[in-house]
Amino acid sequence: MKFDHFGIGIAKGMAVTLKNLFRRPVTVQYPEQRLNTSRRIRGNELVWSKEKCTGCATCAKACPQGVINIETSANPDNNKYEVKKYEVDTGYCIFCALCVEACPFNALYMGYDYERARYRRGELVQSRDMMTETPEKHVSGYFFPDRAASLPLQTLLVEKITEEE
Amino acid sequence: MTLKTEPFVVNIGPQHPSTHGVFRLRTTLDGEVIVDVEPIFGYLHRGIEKLAEERTYGGIIPLTDRLDYLASMSNNMGYCMAVEKLAGIEVPERAEYLRVILAELQRIASHLIGVGAFFNDLGAMMTPIVYMIREREKIVDLFEMLCGQRLTYNFMRFGGLSQDIPEEFLPALRKFLDQMPRFIDEYDQLLMDNEIVLARSKDVGVLPAETAINISASGPVLRGSGVKWDIRKADPYSVYDRFEFDIPTGTAGDAYDRYRVKVEEMRQSLRIIEQAVAQLPGGPFRSKVPFLVRPPVGEAYAHIESARGDLGFYLVSDNSIAPYRFHVRAPSLINLTALREMLIGWKVADAIIIFGSIDIVMGEVDR
Repeated sequence: MKFDHFGIGIAKGMAVTLKNLFRRPVTVQYPEQRLNTSRRIRGNELVWSKEKCTGCATCAKACPQGVINIETSANPDNNKYEVKKYEVDTGYCIFCALCVEACPFNALYMGYDYERARYRRGELVQSRDMMTETPEKHVSGYFFPDRAASLPLQTLLVEKITEEE
Repeated sequence: MTLKTEPFVVNIGPQHPSTHGVFRLRTTLDGEVIVDVEPIFGYLHRGIEKLAEERTYGGIIPLTDRLDYLASMSNNMGYCMAVEKLAGIEVPERAEYLRVILAELQRIASHLIGVGAFFNDLGAMMTPIVYMIREREKIVDLFEMLCGQRLTYNFMRFGGLSQDIPEEFLPALRKFLDQMPRFIDEYDQLLMDNEIVLARSKDVGVLPAETAINISASGPVLRGSGVKWDIRKADPYSVYDRFEFDIPTGTAGDAYDRYRVKVEEMRQSLRIIEQAVAQLPGGPFRSKVPFLVRPPVGEAYAHIESARGDLGFYLVSDNSIAPYRFHVRAPSLINLTALREMLIGWKVADAIIIFGSIDIVMGEVDR
């Protein structure tokens, strides 16, 4: 194959590489430096509200993986259901958040925290006590815009490396 | 004096960096030259079509994310359109415009990986793909802002989207649209006239237009061969008939043309997004749809132009909450059938480039 100007194309390409050499790096050193995640992050530390949950099991029906295990019993005193057991096996969970969208009482939230790696599969099962909503738990704004508004803004790469021109 | 030679079988894959997933090419070689090729796939088969028959219509959306995992949004859109056709669900204007914006952003993100991986196969080890992944990251950031995930978006629902866009989305998209054309020009400066790229990809792996039509190839593979066929124009869906854009085509049908078509498509996608953002109406982002959809007995087929080609979803309903049959017309699988035609007669090093140029995703091929 014949070229009109041999070497010009490679020289032009090298100019681009040189330009990129002086750009600011876009990567961060993860455990030390952290970026703000999305306000709607579907983090793997699910939060469950004990007060709001009525035990209707809509979340379990909505779950495509069938990982929500809920057991209820009727309370004869106030004619309400009591949640005996509420477990999510996050080893099988795909974090689609369809359960959060399905809940008619807004009792289930995705977590804002995402570092929940464990050494054993059994430890991935989140029990009722682990998920119960407390003031210390960070709740994601997924499907709850009013909660999202109070979370820090997401770090965006488009804003981070705008070139100086 | 002539040496006596005999054919030699070499397996490329299933685990091989250039097969873009788990894919096996059983090649019969005569020296360096390929005399026969047998593509073997099925290593990533998860039985998604069968799994879908046991799930509710809404529960299938996360499965479609896992078909073409580089273009989840397009898959969501195609599937939701099929269900909307089946159940007769109306989609509000705003949702249609947002779907177009997201599908086009997804096309850019997917083509960036497609082009980057092509140059990786070509031997431009890592430099182009790292630049392109940097730009893709900006799109992934935007998607993360919308739906909280970076790969499996699960964002579209029947009758619209799962949530409205946050207020910070449009300013960020504006910034991206201002930056991106400059970066595409930069890639062209880096790669388009490079003598090594030209020498290795021009006239390599030519797919004649007739053959491409006969095997019903679609997407950049078909358009690279010079056939002006795009579902967005040929069978307009959503609101694509309201935008002005061109269909870029190649002339020779070689690996270089397929790369050029993808780059030009990125420019056209930016053009569509610009128009869609300007025309974006207000109003609801989702129409009222019951929690469990029960479509009437019947069948529906909806297809869209995904990043890889004509992506179709076929559904049969028996009036229950789960489909009776769910089928995907995966563009990657059908484009892959062109491989044998293209590879025979080329050397092993060229085979890697030709395979990279058709840009397949194994999640979609095996399903």
